[in-house]
Amino acid sequence: MSDVNDATTAKTAPTPDDGLKIADGPVLAADGTPLKKSLSRALRVQKLRALALVAPLLIFVLVTFIAPIADMLFRSVENEIVSETLPRTTDLLADWDAESGTPPGAPVFKALFKDIFEAQEAKLHTRLGSRLNYELTGVSSLFRKSGRKVEDMAEVYQDQFEKLDRFWKKGENWNTLMGSDAWNADMAGWDPKSDDKQPKFELRDGIDVFLPATSESFANYAKFTQVEDEDNLAKKDPWALVYSSLYDDLQRAEPVTFAGLKVAGAAELSEAASAVADFETVNFAEAFTKIDKDWQDVEVWRTIQAYSPRYTNGYFLNAIDMQKGADGPEMRPENQQIYLTLFWRTMVMSIVITVSCILLGYPVAWLLANLPARTANLLMILVLLPFWTSLLVRTSAWKVMLQHQGVVNETLVWLGIVATDDRLALINNQTGTIIAMTHILLPFMILPLYSVMATVPQTYLRAAKSLGATNWTAFWRVYFPQSVPGIGAGSILVFILSIGYYITPEIVGGTSGTFISNRIAYHISSSLNWGLGAALGAILLAAVLLLYYAYDKIVGIDNVKLGG
Amino acid sequence: MKLTKTLLATSALTVASGMAFADAHMANEMTIVSWGGAYSNSQQKAYNEPYAEKTGVKIINDESSADAVAKLRAMSEAGNVSWDVVDVTAADSFRLCDEGLAMEINFDEMLAKGDDGSSATDDFGGTLINDCFIPQIVFSTTFGYRTDMVGDTPPTSVCSIFDTEAYPGKRALEKRPIGNMEWALLCDGVEKEAIYDLLETPEGQQQALDKLATIKDDVIWWNAGADTPQLLADGEVVIGSTYNGRLFSVIEEQDQPVAMMWDGQMFDIDGWIIPAGLTDERKARALDYIMFATDTQRLADQAKYISYGPARASSAPLVGKHADLGIDMAQHMPTDPANATNVFNFNYEFWADYRDDIDAKFQAWLVQ
Repeated sequence: MSDVNDATTAKTAPTPDDGLKIADGPVLAADGTPLKKSLSRALRVQKLRALALVAPLLIFVLVTFIAPIADMLFRSVENEIVSETLPRTTDLLADWDAESGTPPGAPVFKALFKDIFEAQEAKLHTRLGSRLNYELTGVSSLFRKSGRKVEDMAEVYQDQFEKLDRFWKKGENWNTLMGSDAWNADMAGWDPKSDDKQPKFELRDGIDVFLPATSESFANYAKFTQVEDEDNLAKKDPWALVYSSLYDDLQRAEPVTFAGLKVAGAAELSEAASAVADFETVNFAEAFTKIDKDWQDVEVWRTIQAYSPRYTNGYFLNAIDMQKGADGPEMRPENQQIYLTLFWRTMVMSIVITVSCILLGYPVAWLLANLPARTANLLMILVLLPFWTSLLVRTSAWKVMLQHQGVVNETLVWLGIVATDDRLALINNQTGTIIAMTHILLPFMILPLYSVMATVPQTYLRAAKSLGATNWTAFWRVYFPQSVPGIGAGSILVFILSIGYYITPEIVGGTSGTFISNRIAYHISSSLNWGLGAALGAILLAAVLLLYYAYDKIVGIDNVKLGG
Repeated sequence: MKLTKTLLATSALTVASGMAFADAHMANEMTIVSWGGAYSNSQQKAYNEPYAEKTGVKIINDESSADAVAKLRAMSEAGNVSWDVVDVTAADSFRLCDEGLAMEINFDEMLAKGDDGSSATDDFGGTLINDCFIPQIVFSTTFGYRTDMVGDTPPTSVCSIFDTEAYPGKRALEKRPIGNMEWALLCDGVEKEAIYDLLETPEGQQQALDKLATIKDDVIWWNAGADTPQLLADGEVVIGSTYNGRLFSVIEEQDQPVAMMWDGQMFDIDGWIIPAGLTDERKARALDYIMFATDTQRLADQAKYISYGPARASSAPLVGKHADLGIDMAQHMPTDPANATNVFNFNYEFWADYRDDIDAKFQAWLVQ
């Protein structure tokens, strides 16, 4: 399409119209608009039509392929769960110095109490626990335990307020105190049985000046009850957390007067304000330590701090056997290093498989290209036959063939080539993976090779020989160079396919013949550590692109041919 | 024009049928996810067919339990959970519960009482391991050996797997740390009660791996429960671990020269979860099914088809004979007193915490 554009816009050679143009300015189309404009409009319509034709495929690929992959890969850096679940704690923790060797102070524990309380109401604390457990073993049960007990801490205050005055027991009293008059009126007029939506909670004007912490907690409680649980707020009693916030508000350093507060409950507030001085208090640091002594462990806090940011490189570090240490990234202990080995093994074995495919596939492709059509077709069917069989069946068949008491070993023993107690180990190791995968990927090598060889005229070989070349020279100097594009195409196909293979290595690879994809599959489907799985996948993708780029630079991608 | 009409008519129909659903108290179609094979078959006979007959509900079977955790998470993120009840292992249920993907169950309210009148909580007892998991069967990971390859002294102790002199040949062990680490420490002379405490420490983990290293070259590591029975039948291994039900079918149904060794068996539980976030009708249907399928009689019925023990104490006396073979099933249950002389109680809480960490070490050790 760009050719057409060039021809209309770039005017280099003189045309018969030139004279006209000089005389009358721009050339006009029949309807009087300049020809250039009218032509480009016509072309635009054509372009749009072409785009509309490819649009379904384009949108399909974007929506079903590119977008999910991008979304999955994005998980390798995404880490919002920590700061979203523990907003107050992570804020305060930013100032804590992990090097100090002591756990953070009381304010952080109090923030942690509020965060975990709200998180356990929404059942998010265990999620965060399993997220952080990927980084530090034991955090999972730490959060699970703490979530179960955190309610008890707050109930210390709730019990005291309720004992002081029955007023605090009732959810509706709280609603009148904390909710705006308009909202209370709306609630009174709302019929829970009707289809109308429950009036959205509104905080009383100015109450947050008197009771800032309580207002925040109560608003969170109201929002959660109405939106997440879809419960009737009028029928509910507030969280225990609200009481502990009320205690905080009432025992602030400067005494609060509730004289300005004209609302039912002001008297009870004043009463409570004077009573809180004698309240039994909760030391949150101690209380958490009582749940689990790990809360005094600096490592736990360092992990929370290190994973506070919304984005993390932690998964990628993990994917290359590193971790976030006290001073920057460091290698993992030797007994946990696995991924670099697996990446390296995947690359090396994929290359070995590719080379064996070339060695086995080249002669077959040559035969296919040079035999009479009838025989060649029959051979072609044999090449394609594996495609008609399930991958799992083919791999399992190799199991039967290669195992200790398998067909290959039995035959060799029968022939007397190997002793019966010294059978070959052909499966559950690298050999097994290489044999099975070479077999499975062979057609992907033969087909491109064949389609390129079919276009090489046999007369070239004859010509070379008639000019005095030996068989070998004729092949090596004349025929082989012309088949290289086929080798290139086949190698790329086989290599890229084998690098991501997972079923076959899983079944026949044992421990030494598995690939990185097996670990990715484990993290996606079993450990649910999708971030790490995504990071491993991203690295694999990058490695393939890099190799492709290198191939393009060295061999040139134009030299790759899938056919004539 | 015609198209518009058709569209209108279809949407009107959809609305109408939608209302019909809303009127009915429960959904009249449900998807049950399980493991497939003989196990699904036993559930089909013991639970699904009677339930469908009783209620007329249409049951769709899905055999995706092996990937249930990942699939449920993906469904929940997409906001479209299409499963109603899911059969998972206890360890998976921990993850699902922690991730908020499974609904919390009020056991005494949502499950049937035992037929001896005991409350559900008492009847299920120790098999209730977290807030979401509804236990169904007790199975065990234990060992089977080739009777023709062990000479005159068949193995009687789990530690025989480490004795390559008395029992030369390959062994089959599962390609994950769970179970193997415990057996390794036990056979390294650690007291059974002290094993999990020791496994929490890096030294203990290393000790277990070192013990496993003594037989590393003699082990074929399996991934699927069907691998070991196959390896035993082919004579590829002399002894191997797998689920007891798989061994039962190799020994009793296929008549292979294989025998069971119950020593050191690792008790595990399998059961249901209900995915979180179902609509009210579907949730009601799922709970109704669970109430039916986990009552005393139904759990005992399942043992007619497969050799896994019912999770309810009250079901045990009702366990009868195998439906086809006519053998008395009680003695094939992992929970039978004669078999349960030396058992491990799988520590779920421990593995929920340490699974990732120890697995990383275990896999790195395998690769070395």
